[in-house]
Amino acid sequence: MITPIKLTVNGKACVLHTEDPNMPLLYALRDELGLHGLHFGCGLGQCGACTVHYDGVALRSCIMPISAVAGGAIVTLEGLGTPEAPHPLQRAFVDEQAAQCGYCINGMIMQAAALLATTKNPTENQVRQALAANLCKCGTHVRILRAIMRAAAQMSEQPSAHA
Amino acid sequence: MPDKEVSRRAFLKASGGLVVTFVFASPSTRCDAAALTEKTVSPDEVGGFIAIDANGLVTLYSGKVELGTGVLTAITQIIAEELSVPFASVTTIQGDTLLTPNQGPTYASFSIQNGGAQIRRAAATARDALLTRASSKLGVAKDLLRTDDGLITPKSGGKGLSYAQLLAGQTFTMKVNPSAPLKDPRDYKIVGTPVARLDIPDKIFGKFTYVHDFKLPGMLHARMVHPAAAGASLEAWNDDACRKLPGYVQAVRKGDLLAVVASNEWTAIRAASTIAATWTAWQGLPEQSQLFEYLRSSKVDRNEVLQSMGNTSDAPKAGNRTLQATYDLPLNTHGSIGPSCAVADFKEGRLTVWTPSQASHLLREQLATMLQIPPERVRCIYLEGAGCYGRNGADDCSSEAALIAKEIGQPVRLQWMRADEHGWDPKGPATLLDYRASIDEQNRIVAWESDIFLPERPMRRSGATLLAATLAKLPKFGPPNANLSNPGLGIPYVLTNSKLTAHWLLDTPLPAAWIRAPARLQNTFGNESFLDEIAAATSIDPFEIRIRHLTDKRGLELLERLRQFAKWQPRAQHPRDAGALAHGRGVSYAKYELVRTYVGIVADVTVNRTTGAVKVDRVFVAHDCGQIINPDGLRNQIEGNVVQSISRTLVEELTFSRSAVTSLNWGSYPILTFPDVPEVAIDLIDRPTEVPWGAGEPTTSVVPSAIANAVFDATGARLRSVPFRPAKVQAALGLVKAV
Repeated sequence: MITPIKLTVNGKACVLHTEDPNMPLLYALRDELGLHGLHFGCGLGQCGACTVHYDGVALRSCIMPISAVAGGAIVTLEGLGTPEAPHPLQRAFVDEQAAQCGYCINGMIMQAAALLATTKNPTENQVRQALAANLCKCGTHVRILRAIMRAAAQMSEQPSAHA
Repeated sequence: MPDKEVSRRAFLKASGGLVVTFVFASPSTRCDAAALTEKTVSPDEVGGFIAIDANGLVTLYSGKVELGTGVLTAITQIIAEELSVPFASVTTIQGDTLLTPNQGPTYASFSIQNGGAQIRRAAATARDALLTRASSKLGVAKDLLRTDDGLITPKSGGKGLSYAQLLAGQTFTMKVNPSAPLKDPRDYKIVGTPVARLDIPDKIFGKFTYVHDFKLPGMLHARMVHPAAAGASLEAWNDDACRKLPGYVQAVRKGDLLAVVASNEWTAIRAASTIAATWTAWQGLPEQSQLFEYLRSSKVDRNEVLQSMGNTSDAPKAGNRTLQATYDLPLNTHGSIGPSCAVADFKEGRLTVWTPSQASHLLREQLATMLQIPPERVRCIYLEGAGCYGRNGADDCSSEAALIAKEIGQPVRLQWMRADEHGWDPKGPATLLDYRASIDEQNRIVAWESDIFLPERPMRRSGATLLAATLAKLPKFGPPNANLSNPGLGIPYVLTNSKLTAHWLLDTPLPAAWIRAPARLQNTFGNESFLDEIAAATSIDPFEIRIRHLTDKRGLELLERLRQFAKWQPRAQHPRDAGALAHGRGVSYAKYELVRTYVGIVADVTVNRTTGAVKVDRVFVAHDCGQIINPDGLRNQIEGNVVQSISRTLVEELTFSRSAVTSLNWGSYPILTFPDVPEVAIDLIDRPTEVPWGAGEPTTSVVPSAIANAVFDATGARLRSVPFRPAKVQAALGLVKAV
């Protein structure tokens, strides 16, 4: 039986049709809505490559049944900012050249954005702890930390830019 | 012969811009034959690498591919510089067997050193040919002309001609001239500058097309049902229960290869865990706890002396001390953050595979052999995957996708799940090293002998074949032995008497393949740890003992710069830390493969005496890879080498039962995480007039030994077995107390 599930994705209302309400959100976003910023990394909630925001909170879309987020507001990397209107984190990641293969970077940005939304001016140690469960195998951590600290500093100087 | 004809036709319009759309177009749009023109893929032809369209836009056809290392940007800098065109005017097509020359796999830190050099020569030839043509059209001698931004003008000023005008839509038809005049590095405007990476913005904004994101019309989704044990055979299977799943299509079984196919991805995933499969019991792996005994007693293909100075058996014995030590390193998985993925389409006897393989041309040969069709009927098109750091599951996954596509006759996307990648990528092999040294009364090293036990060189027999061919029992094509004859092992020092013997093992516990700095990381761990042990036993400063045995000027300069950069204090003035948190520092040095990039690091560590936890606080790197193409890209690579290798040194270790790999996810195969990432400080030594060497691996090779040496400096405990997990560290600390 096909169950319609209503969601707001990147500000737009949409209805997803799934025959399995237990299907993780990741497949709806990637395969039905064509949002490729988030990636399948482990399917176990261990690596963070699939992170999205659900009502403002960082969520691992690879293990979250779509029925469990019905009615919620989802924001993906594409909805966080665009090249024309980047989120300060996206601008900082470009400025710091904070990617190698880039497969994990969605999770790094989305997790950091959730942190910066609640914690202004975090210490580097707070950032390290907040991203402790986001895995990168290229070893880009040094740059990712720099980019997040840069964005945090910029956001505290111009708090209105991305509330 | 129609096949030849098709393979030689590149289906290109003269416009470089259209090429890009073609690469991502579905195969059905290919046959726009009227608009097509021929393109050579010969690496001996300028036209193999370079095309310039009527608008002056340049297309580079590169056999080397972007694996997340910045190579795409760097080679684009090289061609833009040597051709004298704006950086932004160049579009690069990568790793497409129909379009790009075979420049060999993208591995071994050769992309800039070899691949970039080929492209540079092609660009220099093209620029010279354009100058010749401009000279005759303008009536001005060549040496009185200048090239800039795709324009040739007289140096004295006046009207010039653009490359587009000179070419008038024609392709380059001349051979690459190995002695075409190269630009003077002093005139470089693009090479040597920190150009921002081409791929990063799209990756940051979710607009990048990884192979995982690529779709074809009518594409189905597949998942593998890999054997329950590494060598198990499929006895029976039944997919009745799968038929209830929405969109389930079929199972594919060929020998021991079993896969499920569905119209949607989620059903394919569910079907893979729903299908019933019975596998034979198989217990062909050694006990993990006996791994190094297994290696020591494993059948040897042959013993080979890889490096020899003087004669170790002639060294004087009387009054000498002997030091010996054994080191070991575990199996590693590549651990790509995205599991391997490929899209394949088999139509009318032709196979097209979109693949993240680092070796699309080799893969093409291997797939043709497996499917018993001519290579001309196989096209491999590179699309970036997650970082691979060597031969991860990409080629194996591609082979399975190809076989499934052939069996079902429809385009199919196969993505491995996490357990497939952790369980079935070919492994970085375990390695064992023995060392013996003889020290005379003046504390001189009079003999140095080492033995390394590792799989038959990488990896002639096992890991470089295709998994689908193994499982389905189809013909295999392993890469020939060529190019693997010199693994570059040995010490970078001059000793009176020294010898390194490799014992090439026939059997490895699991299929083996290369992971970043293969065998070189292991060899350098042994070399630089053992030298540090000798330094300690003879009360010589670790920098001093290295400098004493170096004659290489660039090596000496690098060590001196590192010593100052890290503010190194001689060990004698740096008493061992007696605190509960013991601090120490260690140095390690390598000349990569003994012939190229120089790298040295100093690692600062903290050892928790209570828990046995080792933390790397800071790493200082001095790095000389000759001419630097992109200093920021280089730093990014070096930082990645450092952090990834700390992970391999402190944390990573594959686990297995007698039947199969048991470290199948990030819980059982943990890697280094943010709280444990060190500061990394880098001193780049740029030599603009030297040839550029590779930087993808060298720094990796020195990390484990620098950490081991730092732990010794802090505590007196000598760590000889990687990874340095707390239990091993506690055991080593216990030995110090016992003494």
